[in-house]
Amino acid sequence: MPLYRPPRIASSEITPQNLYLSRRHFLGTAAAGLAFAGAGSALAAPLKASPSAYKVEDKPTSKQDVTTYNNFYEFGTGKADPARYSGDFKPTPWTVEIGGMVAKPQTIDMETILKEIPMEERIYRMRCVEAWSMVIPWIGFPLSALLDRVEPLGSAKYVAFETVVRPKEMPGQSGFFQPLEWPYVEGLRLDEARHPLTILATGLYGETLPNQNGAPLRLVVPWKYGFKGVKSIVKITLTDKEPPTTWNKMAPQEYGFYANVNPAVDHPRWSQATERRIGEANGLFGGARLNTLPFNGYADEVANLYAGMDLKKFY
Amino acid sequence: MAALSIPPRFRAHSVWALYAIGLLPGLYAFYLGINGGLGADPVREFEHRLGFWALRFLCLGLAVTPLRDLFGVNLIAYRRALGLLAFYYVLAHFTVYLTLDRGLILSSILGDILKRPYIMLGMAGLLMLIPLALTSNRWSIRKLGPRWNQLHKLAYPILLAGLLHYILSIKSITLEPVIYIVIVVALLGYRLARPRLMDWKRGRRAPVAR
Repeated sequence: MPLYRPPRIASSEITPQNLYLSRRHFLGTAAAGLAFAGAGSALAAPLKASPSAYKVEDKPTSKQDVTTYNNFYEFGTGKADPARYSGDFKPTPWTVEIGGMVAKPQTIDMETILKEIPMEERIYRMRCVEAWSMVIPWIGFPLSALLDRVEPLGSAKYVAFETVVRPKEMPGQSGFFQPLEWPYVEGLRLDEARHPLTILATGLYGETLPNQNGAPLRLVVPWKYGFKGVKSIVKITLTDKEPPTTWNKMAPQEYGFYANVNPAVDHPRWSQATERRIGEANGLFGGARLNTLPFNGYADEVANLYAGMDLKKFY
Repeated sequence: MAALSIPPRFRAHSVWALYAIGLLPGLYAFYLGINGGLGADPVREFEHRLGFWALRFLCLGLAVTPLRDLFGVNLIAYRRALGLLAFYYVLAHFTVYLTLDRGLILSSILGDILKRPYIMLGMAGLLMLIPLALTSNRWSIRKLGPRWNQLHKLAYPILLAGLLHYILSIKSITLEPVIYIVIVVALLGYRLARPRLMDWKRGRRAPVAR
């Protein structure tokens, strides 16, 4: 059984009529969900999405693990901190400012995004640079759909992203000891950003994103290490220069701009050849390590983006 | 400070109690691990908890001397137990690394040990602990005489190796590692200042005629 099946979309799978018709129903529930969340509740609301051919065959990691084992330093550096300390965070209302080298700079609110862009379920592997991995059923839409709305200029070569800064709601952003510089910034080359696998996620496991997973909008680039997946995005800027990225600024010799999953290029301090799949161990036993795949198993889809590049140099 | 010392007839019991209490956090972590109480990545959490307890017992063992010098609290009777507890935790930490974490795949383990400074430092700490554990008995102390003291000064590089092993394995320096760095720097720095401090103390007690 192949680990990842490239999508072969049958014509019958392209927006089935019943799904198309149920969009109105979904909008109603989404709007209700947003109103509910707007009341200050951290509860996730149901979020409907059409199934997508982009799904791996691996067993999805449990929702419990996906929502309690997170790296989101804005809420603390412990893996359980984001779930524990994100209760005061308010993901609604929310707007994203998109600008830079675009023909139509604009500020879009989340409601418009959810209303006007069709949502899909994408089951992706997620490989953390710390050598663990998960399989997550995201809900989201291709980043290119949003880029199309702002019409990037021909001179734009890169896309820069920025996480919100709210020290009052994000305890990791205030206090005496802060491990990173805020805001958290990330970036992609424009062709990476436009790749159909690259999505902005709005939900997981059939619901809107929990705060600890980057509510209400986060980046998911499945062939790159997890830290590229910038969370709670408020700003997207098209530019012609490689944008600074948070972990690269912090330790340039350890974290590159590209950060493609690559078992052949080790982190200077630890190996990237294998990974532990979260939730596979039965208690303490049986959680054997898996071999990490080039581009996290998405090589057929994305390797051509890096043709001719020395991946040891551009790590 | 006689008030703090335990009567000799209870001392042996209290040392055994220390062994028992000292091993509890490891056993509890194991219990949590097999019952799904260690979160989403139980192997890593178990491994890390054992490592932390090793580091803590190393620090406690090296705190015995400054506590006696500076505060008159004499816990020398417990130092061997603290050192051996540290050794047991390092051994357990290493065993979990070999088995549960790396699944006994020796090629990948050897590569790891030879290539990763943080693993080399951890291994160095374990190797240096072995002669100390083997000579932690009265017979060795008598047999080795002053050389026993010399040998057991290895505790200092061991603590340093343990600290660096920890610091190099993490992604960013947060408050917790800073606390360990401060404690280790204080414990090792004290050893540098100690000869002068002792001279000064002796000088006050019995002024040397010039």
